[in-house]
Amino acid sequence: MNAAAAAAPVKEFDLSQSGNLRALNRWLHRELPVECAPRVRVVNPDGAHSIAAGVDGAVEIDVLGHAGYYVAGMNKQARVTVHGNAGTGAAENMMSGLVRIKGFASNSAGASAHGGCLVIEGDASLRCGISLKGGDIVVGGSAGSFTAFMAQAGRILICGDAGEALGDSLYEAVIYVRGKVASLGADARFEPMTESDLAAVRELLAIAGFDHDPASFRRVASARGLYHWNADANQEY
Amino acid sequence: MCGIVGLLLKNPGWDRLLGELLVPMLTGMTERGPDSAGLAVFGQPTEGETKISLFQLRGEPDWGLLQRTVSENVPGKHGLLPGDQHAVLLTTSSKVDAIRTLLRERFPAVALLSVGSRIQLYKDVGTPAEISERYGFRYFPGTHAVGHTRMATESAVTPDRAHPFTAGRDFCLVHNGSLSNPHLVRRKLEPLGIHFETDNDTEAACRYLEWRMREGDAIDQAIEKGFEALDGFFTFLIGTADGLALVRDPFACKPAIVAETEDYVAISSEFRSLAHLPGVSQAKLFEPQPRTIYHWSRA
Repeated sequence: MNAAAAAAPVKEFDLSQSGNLRALNRWLHRELPVECAPRVRVVNPDGAHSIAAGVDGAVEIDVLGHAGYYVAGMNKQARVTVHGNAGTGAAENMMSGLVRIKGFASNSAGASAHGGCLVIEGDASLRCGISLKGGDIVVGGSAGSFTAFMAQAGRILICGDAGEALGDSLYEAVIYVRGKVASLGADARFEPMTESDLAAVRELLAIAGFDHDPASFRRVASARGLYHWNADANQEY
Repeated sequence: MCGIVGLLLKNPGWDRLLGELLVPMLTGMTERGPDSAGLAVFGQPTEGETKISLFQLRGEPDWGLLQRTVSENVPGKHGLLPGDQHAVLLTTSSKVDAIRTLLRERFPAVALLSVGSRIQLYKDVGTPAEISERYGFRYFPGTHAVGHTRMATESAVTPDRAHPFTAGRDFCLVHNGSLSNPHLVRRKLEPLGIHFETDNDTEAACRYLEWRMREGDAIDQAIEKGFEALDGFFTFLIGTADGLALVRDPFACKPAIVAETEDYVAISSEFRSLAHLPGVSQAKLFEPQPRTIYHWSRA
């Protein structure tokens, strides 16, 4: 946290009060001060949907509890920390910024994210990083089936295990996985780790604040067999 | 969409609080299912007594006439707890099929919602809050319960097509999702003498699983066979005399979250229906894995 953020006043929204979810998002969308990066505390989130979705500004947001669907969806610039679990679609379509989920994240976390970094300290459920378009995702625990399905660009780091069909129909996104992989998806393959891969893993671990040996990760990327239709493949890739 | 909720009390000292804890769970799922709602509540049985939950689908009910008709035609004692459209018939007769046939012939506008020594079932059209109020859900004691809020996709919005669905005795099922082959399942079961009450897809899943268990499968075996027989998206929550069972389809298309403490197991589509529960901040919270069967029994 920089000095300006530390000095900024903290604005609090208590979502147990009716109407405060809209008030929070309205304030974040329309009234965010630009002169200093403000800090926002969201208390009693109790699984509400769309907390801090659509933010475009330098702001530090702490959600003190469990968030529902689409927390920090479409995020731009903001640093959002959920001190609990997140429902479906956390940080989906994020453009930039940093979103950290201290607990676990439900299905489709970081779906379609173009930029920024999503850190999930616990497990990620199914379809994490589906259709990823350039963002980074770091999963501290394990990731469910169909992680990185059709992911086009960006990086996904999984510190634990991966479920079935990891990287199915991958484009140019790259996956680094430390634990067991239940199965690789169509056209995904293990590839040797290069120096630049080790550097990428080191960088992502540093952002997330996780302490693992970068050499303990394996690289999964597209074999690019699906890039071209092959009539002889009999639908098997 | 649809919302599912379930609560099993591990601590018998909490039985009187069942309804009070459950109503906010149900109303918390209003956005997922605003068109109808239902609740199956399992309580302590009375020796030798069967409870039959009834609902008058059309016209004015005459519960007195229904009770007299059953008394005149079926040996045994038959009490009745009448509501407006809803009633519970309490019978000492073990000939439930005879009562069912009699009601079908003489009271065609009455739907038989559930049968069992523990289960009582309430379901109706309206918001979860309206239905909870209409039937006084918050006053219901019990050991465990299964609730549902419906956003209809597969059949019309009527009380009998609301969830939970039941089959056999002390068995009910709620469903978030949709099945693509309910007619196939139905065509398989009907020649075996299994009667369907509605055209709803969930009823096929309910009758399939209950049929497997009646054929001798344990609930896990029945659900395993269900993975092959039932095609579609589902989170199923099943209530039996002993407890609750929960399962999600292999793609986990529909959500579920479980909160477990020393005093209870609470299940919901989303955490926002669990946030009010006492001790939930210390509860073990987890999302059930796809294609994995979970069950909890009241010890």
